[in-house]
Amino acid sequence: MKFNKAIVAMILAIVMVMGLASAAMAEDALKIGVIGPFTGAAAIYGNACKYGAQVAAEQINAQGGMQIELLNEDDEHDPEKSINAFNTVLDNGAQMIAGTTTTTPCIAVGKEANSERVFMLTPSASSPDVTADKDNVFQVCFTDPAQGAASAQYIKAHALGEKIAIIYNNADAYSTGIYQTFVEEAKTQGIEVVSETTFTDDTTDFSVQVSAAKDAGADLVFLPIYYTPASMILQTAKSMDYAPVFFGVDGMDGILTMEGFDTSLAEGVFMLTPFSADAQDERTQAFVARYQEVTGEIPNQFAADAYDAVYALYTASVNAGIDGSTDYADACEKLIAQFTSPDFQIEGLTGSMTWDASGAVTKTPTAVVIKDGAYVGFND
Amino acid sequence: MVSFLRFLINGISLGSVYAIIALGYTMVYGIAKMLNFAHGDVIMVGAYIAFCAMTYMGLPPFVAVLCAMLVCTVLGVMIEGLAYRPLREATKLAVLITAIGVSYLLQNTALLIWTANPKVFPSVFNVGAIRLFDGNLVITSEIILTIVANVVIMVALTMFTSKTKMGKAMRAVSEDRGAAELMGINVNRTISVTFAIGSALAAIAGVLLCSSYPTLMPTTGSMPGIKAFTAAVFGGIGSIPGAMIGGLLLGIIEILGKAYISTELGDAIVFAVLIIVLLFKPAGLLGKPVHEKV
Repeated sequence: MKFNKAIVAMILAIVMVMGLASAAMAEDALKIGVIGPFTGAAAIYGNACKYGAQVAAEQINAQGGMQIELLNEDDEHDPEKSINAFNTVLDNGAQMIAGTTTTTPCIAVGKEANSERVFMLTPSASSPDVTADKDNVFQVCFTDPAQGAASAQYIKAHALGEKIAIIYNNADAYSTGIYQTFVEEAKTQGIEVVSETTFTDDTTDFSVQVSAAKDAGADLVFLPIYYTPASMILQTAKSMDYAPVFFGVDGMDGILTMEGFDTSLAEGVFMLTPFSADAQDERTQAFVARYQEVTGEIPNQFAADAYDAVYALYTASVNAGIDGSTDYADACEKLIAQFTSPDFQIEGLTGSMTWDASGAVTKTPTAVVIKDGAYVGFND
Repeated sequence: MVSFLRFLINGISLGSVYAIIALGYTMVYGIAKMLNFAHGDVIMVGAYIAFCAMTYMGLPPFVAVLCAMLVCTVLGVMIEGLAYRPLREATKLAVLITAIGVSYLLQNTALLIWTANPKVFPSVFNVGAIRLFDGNLVITSEIILTIVANVVIMVALTMFTSKTKMGKAMRAVSEDRGAAELMGINVNRTISVTFAIGSALAAIAGVLLCSSYPTLMPTTGSMPGIKAFTAAVFGGIGSIPGAMIGGLLLGIIEILGKAYISTELGDAIVFAVLIIVLLFKPAGLLGKPVHEKV
């Protein structure tokens, strides 16, 4: 009878092992780490990415086929916390990263991801330093400098202004970077820059900068800056009865959701963005509707960038035969090959995208204009 | 010419805000002989209280300002009683470091309560504007209010310190604390009252600052606080008219420097002027030189 007992025990053991294995098979979803500031000063950006990615994952999972699991981790826009978040999602089984949201943490995490061999696709970290010298970090958004050149091209193409004033933050690499490429491209495009003034993070008074633009007769003021100083500049311009066209870049995004902001100040402000929530195509509308159900807010371009990032990662994974059991280092090499292949093109909410080995994206610049407190696509 | 006038008026407006903040620094320094580096952050608290009273509770602006003054007064007296009074006999350096500590405490508490997302201060005092030179020179009601408030506060404070009993007690404490105590003046109470007045002024300064420059963040008070401290030193720390003149000059120099020299060098010019003034008049423009007795 002892012999029988042993057989029973063995059979039981085998059944248990099989059981475990099949359980593992069932949760064979592709695991994508989403890292961004969900709390703190930059939470507006991080949460947009989180929910944008969530909507994409829901849609993909509803189609059947390979499933996606998102692993969200907060970094509070802090490089060290971001590296911790990166390690946490890896520990939890992430195979690739859709992140991080903001530039400074993304540079720090990118370095880790490069030595660790984890593929990263950031929706919104736009500095060229994010992808520099890293073969495994890619961007969905334009790089900062590309935004300056794209803005100049857009202003010229749509004849928005003849005489341009620029107000930028000379204590900020983001702002200065866009300013430089804008000025360069403006020369090539034959746009006249009549006034260039600066400020720093500590500036409270913008009357001099706005006066300079007004006195120089500028009919368009280019603001390659974040929304907080931009709101002050709009207020100052109004108090001086100065109403040129204001043209901002992605840092302007968020101005309408500032608590207490008088949205009439931003009426007619242009913003370079690859995404417009009121675009009429079915896909954008489905995205906007679902995003509103989840958050109660209209998605901004960060949400759309994250949505595209998840789709791009998913599509590339399917093409490369990556599934939930592929380890991250293996997935990394396969994804790099996909993203740099000339046939790889993603039709996303933010346009038709291709990538080169530098990690930077190529897509056409588009802009929105603020009307009645909302972003509206601009077609002339 | 018109643009010069515009810069001048903006400079006076900015300078008036500096001057009101500088009054708080200079009074506390004159009487308690300490630099209250938390003053700039009391301004920020005042602005937040007024913001909350108006936006969340729907109170009229005047009542909101009173609320802010009340909260700041209590806060100022509490800071003095809990953080500075126990160190009355300690070295000046200990008090200075404590003040910096209180400043960070206030900033981080504000960060916890109100988060770092900037809030936009409602434009409650915007009741129109005067337009001159075919609309090339616009003077908003905020600018006028700031300048008027500055003059009123300045006159009221001068009257207070020269005419009332408490004001005289303050001057006595500032002159010689030991002798004042011997004459039966309650030094601790006098210093508390000074903090109360300084903090109430900070609340007004906070509301005025945010009316003209409406973005409100937990760090809103720090840079204006440092500039106002500079203004107080510039005018002669401890002197009430000195704070006023220092504040106005600083605001005007800052704006004109940015306008006619370079926006990049605006703050550098301000501090360069300060250094030059202190080289020639170490006690500031209106400060009395103190001779060490041997």
